[in-house]
Amino acid sequence: MSDLQQEVQPKGAKIKGNKPVNQLEAANRFIAASAHQQMHDQRLWDLRKKRDAQMHLIPEWEALRDLASDIKSHTLDHLADYLEEFERNAKANGVHVHWAKDAQESNDIITTILKERNAKSLVKSKSMLGEECMLRQHLEEEGITVIETDLGERIQQLDKEDPSHVVVPAVHKSRTDVSKVFVKTLNAEQGNNDVHYLAETQRETTRPYILNADAGMTGGNFLVAETGAVVVCTNEGNADLSANTPSLHIVTVGIEKMIPKMEHLAVFIRLLSRSALGSPITQYTSCFRGPRKGGEMHVVLVDNGRSTRLASQKFKAGLKCIRCGACMNTCPVFRRSGGLSYGSTYAGPIGLILSPTYNAHKYRNLPFASTLNGSCTNVCPVKINLHEQIFAWRETLADEKELSLSKRIIMTSLGKLFAHPKAYRMAVQTGDKVLSYLPHFIVYNQLNAWGRQRDIPQPPKETFHSWYAKNYMKKGKADE
Amino acid sequence: MSSREFILNQIRQSCQTEHSEAPTLPLFHQNSVDIIERFKQSLIAMGGQIIEADPQDPYKFVKERIAESKVICSVVPEIQGNRHLTETTEPKELQDIDYGILRASFGVAETGSICLTEQDLFINTLGYLPQHLIIFLDPKQIVENLHDAYARPEWKQIHYAALHSGPSATADIEGVLIRGAQGVRSLSVLLIE
Amino acid sequence: MEVGLFIPCYMDALEPEVGISTLKLLERFDINVTYPFDQTCCGQPMTNTGCHTEAAETEKLFVKNFSQFDYIVMPSGSCTNQVRHHFDAIKQTDEVQHVRKNTYDLVEFLHDILKVEDFPWASFSHKVAIHYNCNALRGLRHASMSERREPFFSKPKDLLSKVKGIEFVDLERPDECCGFGGTFSVFEEGVSAKMGQDKVMDQHRSGAEYVISADSSCLMHQKGCAMRMGVDLKYAHIAQILNGDLS
Repeated sequence: MSDLQQEVQPKGAKIKGNKPVNQLEAANRFIAASAHQQMHDQRLWDLRKKRDAQMHLIPEWEALRDLASDIKSHTLDHLADYLEEFERNAKANGVHVHWAKDAQESNDIITTILKERNAKSLVKSKSMLGEECMLRQHLEEEGITVIETDLGERIQQLDKEDPSHVVVPAVHKSRTDVSKVFVKTLNAEQGNNDVHYLAETQRETTRPYILNADAGMTGGNFLVAETGAVVVCTNEGNADLSANTPSLHIVTVGIEKMIPKMEHLAVFIRLLSRSALGSPITQYTSCFRGPRKGGEMHVVLVDNGRSTRLASQKFKAGLKCIRCGACMNTCPVFRRSGGLSYGSTYAGPIGLILSPTYNAHKYRNLPFASTLNGSCTNVCPVKINLHEQIFAWRETLADEKELSLSKRIIMTSLGKLFAHPKAYRMAVQTGDKVLSYLPHFIVYNQLNAWGRQRDIPQPPKETFHSWYAKNYMKKGKADE
Repeated sequence: MSSREFILNQIRQSCQTEHSEAPTLPLFHQNSVDIIERFKQSLIAMGGQIIEADPQDPYKFVKERIAESKVICSVVPEIQGNRHLTETTEPKELQDIDYGILRASFGVAETGSICLTEQDLFINTLGYLPQHLIIFLDPKQIVENLHDAYARPEWKQIHYAALHSGPSATADIEGVLIRGAQGVRSLSVLLIE
Repeated sequence: MEVGLFIPCYMDALEPEVGISTLKLLERFDINVTYPFDQTCCGQPMTNTGCHTEAAETEKLFVKNFSQFDYIVMPSGSCTNQVRHHFDAIKQTDEVQHVRKNTYDLVEFLHDILKVEDFPWASFSHKVAIHYNCNALRGLRHASMSERREPFFSKPKDLLSKVKGIEFVDLERPDECCGFGGTFSVFEEGVSAKMGQDKVMDQHRSGAEYVISADSSCLMHQKGCAMRMGVDLKYAHIAQILNGDLS
């Protein structure tokens, strides 16, 4: 075990255009950085334990999950109506509402709003949709300065790395990793890795940007059709600062974030932070219904594949996601691989089912980065059947000829073998001698993969089958 | 076809379901709850503080708290500050305030939250740019849980309102909890009518 | 009561003694147990890799072997989960539905069907940690799970409690996956082994002498890790304890 503060932070998956991301390769590098991996596992498991503790304080917890799931299903079934209702109410409150089919259109709309007002700088709070659309990169290319105001997101921006987790974007970094980034980019004191100092450095260096920005941007955790409200949940206060300080507030939000009424919001607010961080609520839960006095507010409703996904009975439920990250925190594979190993905006269990909807070829390996253990499904506050969808994605990928050739070959020959008892018995044994030391699927795959870090089981004298034949068939008990 | 029409059409094609009503919700009240006590505990758990009311002068501890501070902005009549806000004050001008003092519309016992609307805030950044906040809250305006909170009329009357649950916080570096991230460093509540 | 015994493929080849314990345990009760000779596999390796078409013939063979029994019993929660919840590659005939509905894992069969009250022939004076296979836990509901707000229950623990002498110890992460995951164990070897090592360390810290599970597959993986790590822990299938084959 190396010392966390000495160990170099492992980097994420190597992205090579449209080639399938090799999640495992990156995961293995993460595991090799044992101190980082262990910190990551402990930190996220700690969040899971805090979540459990909160759950046990709420007698109606499972009822809330049922309700959250039902509300989301209902809203998705009537999404067009609710979007229209939302638009009507938001407009009545003086909000400009825009519609974007895809990432490109969303980025263009936002660029136009900014350019028309001659805005040169934008402060923004965390938005997974922004990551999905690569909005920041787009705006920077257009000459607009974009400052992430969330601490974790800012660290990642300064390190030119994607967020590794939807809620805690820099959870894979040690304080020394952060200190190194801040020394290089924020002129922080060399060697001072005190966490309070680092957080203070970010606060003090970000504030001038917030005060002088031409525009502020937030994402949206929820849209409320009934009131035309955008609801934003944060802990740092950065969303409220970004939205309320400049006179221009732009919201970028996915169309699936809709809920019908304010009363429904209560269910989600009760579940969100408890599931995410194990705190009863985020420090700030803010409701933006219209521009502030003298200000301007825009909401960009982004589709980017969501309306098509709605048609898929198999994968539609992924649209219920409220981005709490509980499935990542509980996922034993995620905790050991790190979020950047997935090479996609969404990592962990939710990433396994969302990423292939954007690009089945590039993300074809992701649904295999799971043991199908089902913990994710059972922590999910909106009851997405995550592990069943991961399972279903494997079938879909096989159907779409996106299964790796080696997997396909092994499974075809195994399928044939298991279907023919005589051939199968021949393969397993000759007389009483067990030929294989290992389960067949291992023999037919990679013997070395099992034995690299695990001892191989000792082969027994005879199989159960032979023992049974010897001991029971002679006694006339056998069934043949 | 506009993108708006395109998206709505696409959704309508995707969802061919019968009309149903949105789920209705119980309020999940727990009859035995001492609402004020629960509010205090929840607020403290979220990193907030309770300022006790002195029987002689209910504002004594508030005054002590702000005595040493340079810039105090109070929008409550009970406390005199030294920074006055007007209709033309720019949001960013509030950046040098040490203490913001204001009255919340209501509180939530379940989470220790207080609700600040744009009317309570006068200028929205008063909730975030000061180093510290002191909040007056009428104990009769504390509701039991978030279901009650979102049944309040405020949400339909304003352009901006936020539940504040303690001061700003982050644990983004190695999970170390820091109170005072981008927003206020402390939030204290005085329960007073 | 006619019971068909299915022995998972890896158990047949690698841990025949668990199959023997299962058979002998079942024979203690008033039932007629048969081991159909043409059995192979439940089809899980193919199904879990997305290759449902490739699993179809295996599923058909399984149904052919077992449709005449009142109950199909197997010492594996994971294979039971496959038959009960994932036998979808073939036409859902009455026979198929009969097989799916009447397939039980050994623990369920003893606990829910036979309702066994006592294992007087067994005693096991050791400190024991229970390992739950994820399919058995969250698919078959062998026990309450830590993710949900529900009252505690555990069928394996109920059964083991009826064996003299067992002292249970608790794991820090009682139901975290051990990383076996079928083909995951070889396709994603690095992550699988790391999960296994962490599981072994948790078991080791708990003070357990034995880890008992209703699934040998997880145990094979954990045992492989423990041996390589040089950790002194013993692994046994619940059938071996309940039949009194280990003491």
